[in-house]
Amino acid sequence: MLAYCLRRLALALVTIWSISVLTFIIIQLPPGDFADAYIAQLSSSGSTVSLDEVASLREMYGLGQPMHVQYFKWLSRMVVGDFGYSMEWRRPVVDVIGDRLWLTLAISVAALIVTWGLALPIGIYSAVRQYSAGDYLFTLVGFIGLAVPNFLLALILMYLGYTMFGLSVGGLFSPEFEQAPWSWAKFLDLLTHMILPTIVLATAGTAYLIRIMRANLLDELRMPYVVTARAKGLPEWRVIMKYPVRVALNPFASSVGYIFPHIVSGSIIISLVLALPTVGPLLLRALVAQDMFLAGTIVLLLGVLTVIGTFVSDLLLMWIDPRIRFQIH
Amino acid sequence: MSVTVLTAEERISHATQLQLTWWRFRKHKVALVSGVIILLFYLVVVLADFLATSDPHATDARRSFIPPQAIHLFDDGKFRPHVYGLKGIRDPRTFRLRYAPDPERKLPIRFLGRGYDYNLLGLIPTNIHLFSVEDAGPVDGIFLLGTDQLGRDLWSRLIVATRISLSIGLAGVGVSLVLGVLLGGISGLYGGTVDTIIQRLIELLRSVPTIPLWMGLAASLPADWSVLQVYFAITLIISLIGWTDLARVVRGRFMALRTEDFILAAELAGASRGRIIFRHMLPSFFSHIIAATSLALPAMIISETSLSFLGLGLRPPAISWGILLQDAQSVQSLALAPWLLCSAVPVIVAILAFNFLGDGLRDAADPYG
Repeated sequence: MLAYCLRRLALALVTIWSISVLTFIIIQLPPGDFADAYIAQLSSSGSTVSLDEVASLREMYGLGQPMHVQYFKWLSRMVVGDFGYSMEWRRPVVDVIGDRLWLTLAISVAALIVTWGLALPIGIYSAVRQYSAGDYLFTLVGFIGLAVPNFLLALILMYLGYTMFGLSVGGLFSPEFEQAPWSWAKFLDLLTHMILPTIVLATAGTAYLIRIMRANLLDELRMPYVVTARAKGLPEWRVIMKYPVRVALNPFASSVGYIFPHIVSGSIIISLVLALPTVGPLLLRALVAQDMFLAGTIVLLLGVLTVIGTFVSDLLLMWIDPRIRFQIH
Repeated sequence: MSVTVLTAEERISHATQLQLTWWRFRKHKVALVSGVIILLFYLVVVLADFLATSDPHATDARRSFIPPQAIHLFDDGKFRPHVYGLKGIRDPRTFRLRYAPDPERKLPIRFLGRGYDYNLLGLIPTNIHLFSVEDAGPVDGIFLLGTDQLGRDLWSRLIVATRISLSIGLAGVGVSLVLGVLLGGISGLYGGTVDTIIQRLIELLRSVPTIPLWMGLAASLPADWSVLQVYFAITLIISLIGWTDLARVVRGRFMALRTEDFILAAELAGASRGRIIFRHMLPSFFSHIIAATSLALPAMIISETSLSFLGLGLRPPAISWGILLQDAQSVQSLALAPWLLCSAVPVIVAILAFNFLGDGLRDAADPYG
């Protein structure tokens, strides 16, 4: 058991390391280095930089040294939480990202929970009542959920909200709460604003999970043990819920690993459409302005978050499914 | 020629694998319809300029935000398709110029009329279009789906965008296919350490949130690259992530086939490794690859559309579905010109059709089951 956990942990660390290499490459891709950009930035606003200052910058970031030296300097600063300096905002990257990372995470986790909450009952219903009108309806809705890209769904819902209810949906806070300190009222305001983005983010994953749940449960329902349970006179509800559903539940645990990265990805795009104060719009602006430390940090943090999600899903899977536990022993 | 009618059973035992697959596929009606829709889409790809009604790049400030026009088929009880001319009206409140149909002026639609110059199939210079109307005034024309802010005809732009969006999907799938078959094949054939490494690589790629990575890579493309260079770079970026599913399918098939009796027989008969792979193994799961490919295409289309929508993918003057949807990004522009949302329809239809087709192909891929 412990060995299994350690192996998974090792894989997670390797993944994080590879993401850090990719991030570093992305930071390095634009022409010129950080110091050049810094000088350009300062001189465009009229101030000058002394040569000493530039030299100390170059020394600090290891500019001009071989790539692997620069990478290790960058990585070691990252590890202690110094993510660098945002050129565009003229503030440390940590300050710029601030709450936005947690809001991104909140929306993504909420979307995952909605995904589970919808997919589980619908999946069971579709399998138990196979080929019923409801099953066909959910299959159709599921296909549309799979086919319509996140941002399109957000656009369409936003347009409908605007024309039919005159709402301007967007943002995560009402104007009066935007700058206010955290309070219960602000939290409730956040919740009401989160409904639309959460639904938009959850559709694709829900559609996918329903299909998997339905297929798995259908396979299980044909098993002889289900017939036995029925023959023994167990109530239908127990026959279905006690064993087949439990066996078919696996994809739910693993969905943290498979669907969570998609949800995080999707949140980036729909944040732009719905003007949510998550890291999405920040990342796009940073990339367009080539504010590479900010962009790199966001890519890296999102990557690390999803890797943690995958790791959690592995542990969950082991906890839910005794077959995995026994295999390890 | 024999005149004896074969019984159903005999027909099945005489049929080739291709025939069996086709029979199975034919039963899946939705997949069949989807197949036809996709063929029509690619017909549009081939004949894009012929189907367009006006130059998709031509801007004209006087044509800004014209609403979609209705086609009237009959005139005085006779079949004479026409559209109404337009007249400008000042909105008394906002003072914005709006266009409304003017039933007094009927503009007849000419089939195979002349329009802007283009090369048919990229080879034959011509100016004949499927349909057009006589240009009498600055705002006289046929605007099936209306115009955008710069006065460009949305129908023509949508048709031309289809060409880029669908071909980038194909090209991306092509690259993914090469990577997927190669790495999946190696993984499935050799097993052992190589297999473990490739499987870990796939797991790694799947656990990374793709859009931020794509955004990072796409944003670092030099700004002075030509449309064609950006096109190829975007294709490459998309397919670098997309190959993992294909690799899984190929690996699974190789694993399953390795232990089959007919492979053992071929080995015992002294067939070389290459002959076994290409002559015996590949044909028996070729249909699975086709099915996996058609299931991979929608993801490619969504990726390109999303990237272009963000302004990080293809850049104007290139026209793709994502670029068209960029115009529909804000509620303000949608409230002003809701027809801009039309660009979403082909995206959704194409993705659905590819999904259904892929499902049908996957079912038909194993006709003996």
